[in-house]
Amino acid sequence: MKKTLFALAASAAVMLSAGAAQADGHAKTKACFIYIGPTGDFGWTYQHDEGRKAVEAEFGDKVETAFLENVPESAEAQRPIEAFARSGCNIIFTTSFNYMDPTNKAAAKHPDVKFEHATGYKREHPNVSTYSSKFYQGRYVQGQIAAKMSKTGVAGYIASFPIPEVVRGINSFILGAQSVNPDFKLKVVWVSTWFDPPKEADAAKALIDQGVDILTQHTDSTAAMQVAAERGIKAFGQASDMIKFGPKTQLTAIIDDWAPYYKERVKAVIDGTWKQQDVWHGMDHGSVAMAPYTNMPDDVAAMAKKTEESIRDGSFEPFTGPVTKQDGTVWLKDGEKADIGTMLGMNFYVKGVDDKLPK
Amino acid sequence: MDVWISIILSICAASTPLLLAATGELVVERSGVLNLGVEGMMIMGAVAGFATAQVTGNPYLGALVAMGAGALFSLLFAFLTLTLVANQVATGLALTILGIGLSGMIGEGFVGRPGIRMEALDIPILTDLPIIGKLIFGQDLIFYISIALVFGVYWFLFKTRAGLTLRSVGDNHTSAHALGINVIKVRYLAVLFGGACAGLAGAHLSLVYVPQWVEGMTAGRGWIALALVVFASWRPGRVLVGAYLFGTVTIGQFHAQAIGIAIPAQFLTSLPYIATIVVLVLIARNRRMTMLNTPASLGQSFVPDR
Repeated sequence: MKKTLFALAASAAVMLSAGAAQADGHAKTKACFIYIGPTGDFGWTYQHDEGRKAVEAEFGDKVETAFLENVPESAEAQRPIEAFARSGCNIIFTTSFNYMDPTNKAAAKHPDVKFEHATGYKREHPNVSTYSSKFYQGRYVQGQIAAKMSKTGVAGYIASFPIPEVVRGINSFILGAQSVNPDFKLKVVWVSTWFDPPKEADAAKALIDQGVDILTQHTDSTAAMQVAAERGIKAFGQASDMIKFGPKTQLTAIIDDWAPYYKERVKAVIDGTWKQQDVWHGMDHGSVAMAPYTNMPDDVAAMAKKTEESIRDGSFEPFTGPVTKQDGTVWLKDGEKADIGTMLGMNFYVKGVDDKLPK
Repeated sequence: MDVWISIILSICAASTPLLLAATGELVVERSGVLNLGVEGMMIMGAVAGFATAQVTGNPYLGALVAMGAGALFSLLFAFLTLTLVANQVATGLALTILGIGLSGMIGEGFVGRPGIRMEALDIPILTDLPIIGKLIFGQDLIFYISIALVFGVYWFLFKTRAGLTLRSVGDNHTSAHALGINVIKVRYLAVLFGGACAGLAGAHLSLVYVPQWVEGMTAGRGWIALALVVFASWRPGRVLVGAYLFGTVTIGQFHAQAIGIAIPAQFLTSLPYIATIVVLVLIARNRRMTMLNTPASLGQSFVPDR
């Protein structure tokens, strides 16, 4: 019910802006964005919108941007995406996994419009590209810091849904931690939501009561950071710099920086050089960045910086053997690197995770 | 021991907003009005309370304004359904959608600001007592209000004349009208009370639970409060039990996960809802009891004939 109304209102808004766009005869390049949440979520959608603003700042009068918030991840998404395509958008970024099919369907009907789908894998038409970021690289750095900073030797992980993206983060975190302390343990709590501040706070409290003294999360709000601050333990921010919510608490945060990619792709449209591609950028492209290392001794910060640097310049990759799976079987032999297929479909834990992976 | 106290405090925090909103809605439904806008009123309270605390620096003033905002918002519902006799279900749903959208707009400038927490009580000696000190003398003001409210509402509904009047309006508005009771006025007051309670529940979320404002932060708690009223078969004492049962299962399942109990996480996160459904089924089996407590005029519009 609610979602339908959102979609209806969304399409109406697009219709209105459509008239304005056509009036100036497509003189400008129009970049449009479809968001899953509100731009003020201070996490995922907020960062995408920062990318949109960066596009505006970079190209000034040459571009025009538009966005729609709270577009549901279902067939409902079809209408606003197509409305965008009809309204003169030259390039449309659809920024959540389940916009995959609607994006491809819209692409078939609008061959002149470029489509960019975040975190997906379907490119059924030449005008669809996919893109994502290697957030797990930042998790490895966090794991190392956690192992150095923890007194109890146990960290807590607030997880959303057991999809490969999240599992990859958990595994990367524990591998980082074990590189410092081989006996380090990780407790995982699943909250079955991306965004529910009180629930995230409950999970944080439960983990702290169970003896963890470092928190990290793969959910979108700043609630866990606040609980950590209240209880006097340390925590990592997620998707965005959350230092304001824990000035004495945040160690660092993984920041999703979409700006470089959005600028690159919009420029390609302006220059007429846009081509279909599938990219999975990491720290090397600046799409995964770390917030300043705070609330930790200098030697820990120095170690974190060194690891971050080695991942950025490509001399190190978190998923490098030897790695043992949770069930005790060998996944990667010494020096062996994980293949991309296993990475993208990761559905198992590595050794040291104190949890049973939900199927 | 400290762990247990900490767990119980988490349960209290998780249960308080549900208890407040459900108790308010119970009074509304006892007067024969079904207001499905709890979620909307709650989130209006959350944003109003947060904004006031930010501007004035006083979370208590924030809670007060939140109650006012909830009541004011419910006035819209009352006007539409009681004066203009609009359909209660549709109006309630619209109120929720409007509340979520409007609160997002009002709160836009407050996103990303750390909030001001309503501090827990700290009475010298009493709060430092072992075990019971923190539980009885060391919680936030809204917690105490929520408990007092349940007993207050029970006393009002079943021990006072005004409470009897309110229940009679809910059970048979035509007879009540014939007896000279101003049905519309009673219902207006009940709806306003429910709005204020939902507003305070929202303030608990944005000032105590997670001191911050983000769009949609109530995340469906208003709907759970509505379910709790039916769950409690319109009895205040059972609302208390229901809210704490829900809170306990919510917190308990996170601990079960953290300890590493080998139960699928999806099952654990759905436990609070499963528990609610099971109890609902058990209650529904006893038809006489259900009939006895359900306000007979619930959801029916009343047009006084002259």
